[in-house]
Amino acid sequence: MHRILSKEVLAPDVVRFWVEGPHIARKRKPGQFVIVRASDEGERIPLTIADVDKGRGAISLVVQGVGKSTRYLNSLSEGDVILDLAGPLGRPTRTPPGRKVCCIGGGIGTAVVYPIACGFKALQGDVTVVIGGRSRDFVILEQELRAVADRLIVTTDDGSYGERGFVTDALRALIADGHAFDEVVAVGPLPMMKAVVDVTRPLGIPTTVSLNPVMVDGTGMCGGCRVSVGGEQRFVCVDGPEFDGLQVDFDELQARLRAYREQEQEALRLYNDQVAACQAPR
Amino acid sequence: MAKKTIQKTKVPMPLADAHERARSFEEVALGYPVDMAVLEAQRCIQCKNIPCVAGCPVEIDIPLFIKQVADRDFEGAFKTLMDRNVLPAICGRVCPQEEQCEAKCTIGIKNEPVAIGRLERFVADYAAVVKFTDDTPPSPPTGHKVAVVGSGPAGLTVAADLAKMGHGVTVFEALHKPGGVLVYGIPEFRLPKSIVEREIEGLTRIGVEIKTNHVIGQTFTVDELFSELGFEAVFIATGAGLPTFPRIPGINLIGVYSANEYLTRSNLMKAYQFPRSDTPTIRGTRVAVIGGGNTAMDAVRTALRLGAEHAYLVYRRTRAEMPARLEEIEHAEEEGVEIMMLAAPTAILSDERSRVRAIRCIRMELGEPDASGRRSPVPMKGSEFDLDVDTVVFAIGQGANPLIRNTTPDLPVNKWGNILADDGTGATQKPGVFAGGDIVTGGATVISAMGAGRRAARAIDAYLRNPSADGFSPTDV
Repeated sequence: MHRILSKEVLAPDVVRFWVEGPHIARKRKPGQFVIVRASDEGERIPLTIADVDKGRGAISLVVQGVGKSTRYLNSLSEGDVILDLAGPLGRPTRTPPGRKVCCIGGGIGTAVVYPIACGFKALQGDVTVVIGGRSRDFVILEQELRAVADRLIVTTDDGSYGERGFVTDALRALIADGHAFDEVVAVGPLPMMKAVVDVTRPLGIPTTVSLNPVMVDGTGMCGGCRVSVGGEQRFVCVDGPEFDGLQVDFDELQARLRAYREQEQEALRLYNDQVAACQAPR
Repeated sequence: MAKKTIQKTKVPMPLADAHERARSFEEVALGYPVDMAVLEAQRCIQCKNIPCVAGCPVEIDIPLFIKQVADRDFEGAFKTLMDRNVLPAICGRVCPQEEQCEAKCTIGIKNEPVAIGRLERFVADYAAVVKFTDDTPPSPPTGHKVAVVGSGPAGLTVAADLAKMGHGVTVFEALHKPGGVLVYGIPEFRLPKSIVEREIEGLTRIGVEIKTNHVIGQTFTVDELFSELGFEAVFIATGAGLPTFPRIPGINLIGVYSANEYLTRSNLMKAYQFPRSDTPTIRGTRVAVIGGGNTAMDAVRTALRLGAEHAYLVYRRTRAEMPARLEEIEHAEEEGVEIMMLAAPTAILSDERSRVRAIRCIRMELGEPDASGRRSPVPMKGSEFDLDVDTVVFAIGQGANPLIRNTTPDLPVNKWGNILADDGTGATQKPGVFAGGDIVTGGATVISAMGAGRRAARAIDAYLRNPSADGFSPTDV
């Protein structure tokens, strides 16, 4: 059982928790994730470790409430407990020293980019960060990233904050300005990562993406998280979560993410009905 | 006095009705009531040379416990079992007795052997109902600490044996529930999870500590178990945990599962109760399971229970070569599983939504015997056919999980990634590290893993008493 030490809302339906987990905090490296199971009937869901506080033995998780499990998780409060937390899982980000890198976060992916940017910065990297959101309200972790980044650009789809446009527009502009990146790291919705790769591929810029497929055990046992990378079958939980973005079959992964769409909607509908029933005046 | 006549056949096991059970996750085999158990126990002639004991990987005193059942001394029988086997309710259900103790039974030479497995299960279940406990006092604490990695059959057996010897034992389990394959792999209808919980509770009562959500190799490495947590020996029993898929087109379509995923969703995550439980699974109406082992049988019978109208078992050899237990094949057939022999998949076909539409198979014929002694299947040119299905489950064997070998470079493994360990002791080439079960042998049975645990416990005990003692010679597996 892992106590929630604090909770804050970062954006609509996006919550940051600090959770007790001394063993995980002690070992975790940038890029790694945990499997969370919030309740006894709950799913096992993979969440990237956004940050650690070794002194408090705590990790931070940024959760976007999308389906039943994540919405339930986001309904928990400071002092509540998370039933199961296992990790750190996956391979750490490869952060060679002195790298000139552009870290791109879209929406909730920004929470995954934050520890990666920290990892590069800790090894004397020159770190450019681009973060994007639909609108101002959906831009998260700007202050935290500003503290790490050598330069930071915010984009919003509607222009309500930062530069109007997509993260790829900002990436193109940076490259046009003469930034010669050794590597681009992109984390966000699959269409965004695919769009980034479309920019970097012709330029031959090594590009790393962090994938978040359907997962069950998270330890290599089930194969549910398999992806095609360069035509080879890889398991995201033990071989990833980060892969060479130029080699990932995004279309296949996008299709696999839809595997349980109908069941997810049914579960969410029932959950919303339950919540509404609890909140209804008696 | 008239010469005692022996009943030629086993007292039949009461089974749930095939039609009803095929749609239910309730247990299929119902177990002997007391009188049937006593009757069956009376078939044992207490022969002098006790061949059955030699057939038991954990060397239960089988004639003694059966005599105790015949004498209605059920508590005595329970103690006899527990003396050698801490998981009797599990073994009574899932051991392949027909290849082990019962295969050696003297009665079995001319008649059906004594139903040793059913009697073992009876005693364990009876003991649970009347709450017998194994009150053998544990040995005085030795002060030694042993880490066991994995809480499946091998890990639980080692843990129990070492705890009884007075050693401090901590079991690390990666998942949120202990039991390993007993919990995520074997379905409720063959092994109710309440029974696994009950037998694991017995272990915690004798002092075994179980830590779930600890992924060794990640949360702690094997070396950290020694250096940071102060364990003096480590037993690795992580099982056969990496699914294999054939290299055929369509393998990543929606609706294609490894047996591990299909069974884990249903068993560990209770997807059959969705939406009461949160984990979904695809409830296919036409399901093809590829394979012929016990895992394939578990998967195809699960498909029926999840609502499949057609549950096909596609196997490249014939029924006679299937590695599954005969009893499981028969149960599957009774429940309506359709077995397609001499066929193998060559491609999985997609609909416009990337979901499985059909599986393309090729007919096989049996050729020359292969290394395993079984006649190897040979594809028949031009015999491809399509089978309309919406779900495909591969139960074609397992690789070794990489998490420990990736983080323990000085632990030698074979070319398949299985840990090299001495068959008699479980000792590896890394001092203080022992291994057993499927991570050493590749996919095998619950009881063979328990046998490995039993042998390793003796060796670990000896090692703890004298760490410098050499003499372990890991053999090539």
